[in-house]
Amino acid sequence: MSTEKEILKVEHIYKKFEDLSVLEDISLTVHEGEIIVIVGPSGCGKSTFLRCLNGLEETSEGHIFLDGEAVNPLSKNITAIRQKIGMVFQSYDLFPHKTILENVIMAPVLVQKRKKDEVKAEALKLLERVGLSSKINNFPRQLSGGQKQRVAIVRALIMHPEVLLFDEVTAALDPEMVREVLDVMLDLAKQKRTMLIVTHEMAFARAVADRVIFLDGGHIVEDSDPKQFFDSPRTERARKFLSTFEFEEK
Amino acid sequence: MDTEVLRSYLPLFREALILTVRIGWFGIALAFAIGIITSALLHFKVPVLSAVAKVYIELFRNTPLLVQLFFIYYGLPVLGFQVSAEWCGIAGLGLLGGSYMAETIRSGLDAVPLSQTESALALGMNKRQLFGSIVLPQAFSTSVPALVANVIFLLKETSMFSAISLMDLMFTAKDLIGLYYDTTEALFLLVIFYVIMLLPVSIAGSFIEKKARFRIFG
Amino acid sequence: MGFEVLLKGTNFIRLLQGLWVALRISLISVGISIVLGIILGTLMSLKKPVITAVSRVYLEIVRIMPQMVLLFIVFFGFSKAMGLNLPAEASAIIVFSFWGTAEMGDLVRGCLISIPVIQYESSYALGMSKTDTFIHVIIPQIIRRLIPLSINLITRMIKTTSLVMMIGIVEVLKVGQQIIEANRKSSPHAAFGVFATVFLLYFLACWPISRLSKYLEKRWS
Repeated sequence: MSTEKEILKVEHIYKKFEDLSVLEDISLTVHEGEIIVIVGPSGCGKSTFLRCLNGLEETSEGHIFLDGEAVNPLSKNITAIRQKIGMVFQSYDLFPHKTILENVIMAPVLVQKRKKDEVKAEALKLLERVGLSSKINNFPRQLSGGQKQRVAIVRALIMHPEVLLFDEVTAALDPEMVREVLDVMLDLAKQKRTMLIVTHEMAFARAVADRVIFLDGGHIVEDSDPKQFFDSPRTERARKFLSTFEFEEK
Repeated sequence: MDTEVLRSYLPLFREALILTVRIGWFGIALAFAIGIITSALLHFKVPVLSAVAKVYIELFRNTPLLVQLFFIYYGLPVLGFQVSAEWCGIAGLGLLGGSYMAETIRSGLDAVPLSQTESALALGMNKRQLFGSIVLPQAFSTSVPALVANVIFLLKETSMFSAISLMDLMFTAKDLIGLYYDTTEALFLLVIFYVIMLLPVSIAGSFIEKKARFRIFG
Repeated sequence: MGFEVLLKGTNFIRLLQGLWVALRISLISVGISIVLGIILGTLMSLKKPVITAVSRVYLEIVRIMPQMVLLFIVFFGFSKAMGLNLPAEASAIIVFSFWGTAEMGDLVRGCLISIPVIQYESSYALGMSKTDTFIHVIIPQIIRRLIPLSINLITRMIKTTSLVMMIGIVEVLKVGQQIIEANRKSSPHAAFGVFATVFLLYFLACWPISRLSKYLEKRWS
């Protein structure tokens, strides 16, 4: 696995909001095709970590490199870097004033200056793959949460990103819609996409991850393969965290 | 009511309507331009200019158009700024309307969720693309009812033009009443012509309101 | 610049008296509008077809007719049609109240229907009677929404009253014109100073009130 090319390199980043320290000395190397699942209690800094990776948050210290290029929200090339990092949010955030198709083709046409016809053809293919080709002319409000989230994933994919970030993408969904979104992500995993996934779906994490990172209190507490992490976590904190997902029978 | 009198007055009112509509729409276009620029200054908190924008908005929202027109038309020439009555009307309506539009558009801009901005940034958009394609269109949609209300308000305010001797509908009616005492006929035509000018806008406004709301909120 | 003309004799006092004429008309009209508006709004919220239809027409008239047109109809038209000679100030109060009642009525109706049904239901669920619910739950919420809006109506009313000079009422603009006329020879630049002052006077009258309205709206929302 580590023979693959390094795509993303995070070196000793810190993130502080005024006095509150959210991330402390995080370092991580992501290789091409690797799927990393990040878990941890709420408030542990996992969303902030993802947001630092594409420069939505500025790090207080440390460096992030994508393909050897520094990620810096204040630099001029940040928009170019963001095109290489796809991100999907918990609240989908489709653009409400655009149709589904327009949502998908907007950024490639506007930002990447690609040809509209070509982008449209690709969009149709991708939307078909996630089972939404009948919805292309609808507006986001006419879709269910699960459908919207699938569109949001397509909207990120069509930019041909090198890395995909998923920030608790199923957390806002009704239980019966979680599966349809996870299936799309499983499909992406099979295609050997490089992904960083923040999630609370432990069964999914176990199935899809190459590595599981357990964040707590702004630190990486564990970084191991899923079997090791879920079956025999090394730290007491991880054990305690995992136990919150279990119920004892009466 | 004397139909003969009505018929003879008709061309005068038609002239006046054309003038009123022309100045009105020019003024409203200017108001939109001022409103968009001013609200962008406030939204992006541009240093110095946003403070100027705030003062401008407060000054023009808290004074009557009639007073603004008197100041521009009679007061400013003293300092050497002489403009025709027509341009004065356009400027007055544009400045008054700009302050209303700015407030309306700004509250629309502020209502666009931060997550919309972030997901556009995550797609690699720059600030200009973000503002033009994502934030401004949504701000417009949410503020359509208030924008329509502003347009109707401004069209009504054109009735103040008569005070600076523009031969608008109001001026024509007043003139005819003063000259011939055909009060009933003049007032009747005045009302009819304002209905002609404003009812379509009001109806179209309600229609656009429904449509814009439907588009975003369902 | 023409400001000096205001220091002559009683000129500035006269200007202030003119402003008071406008303020008096607007305050009386606002008072009437609030009372009638609350009645109208309550009636409209009942959703009776006849009331709805009539009030719709009424609101649409107010929405599209400039106040100046209404003022002319009442001042010139009524006196001719009914042979009764309405004083200018009474005409102004009638017109502004006609306008203000519609605005206020619409606000009251909006407030009444914006109270979620769950508010009624949860106080019934607590065993409160209809009257108790109205007095302790609904009305306080409505008043909090209504007060900032009514205060806002005052500033709009003040701004609108500037047009009463068009039917011959001597208010601040008219006084300003008279001062400029009287001093045409001695202060040829008076137009700037006087109208700038009138501009400022209106601003000073309206600005604090609209600040108050905004402040209350933020505090109570």
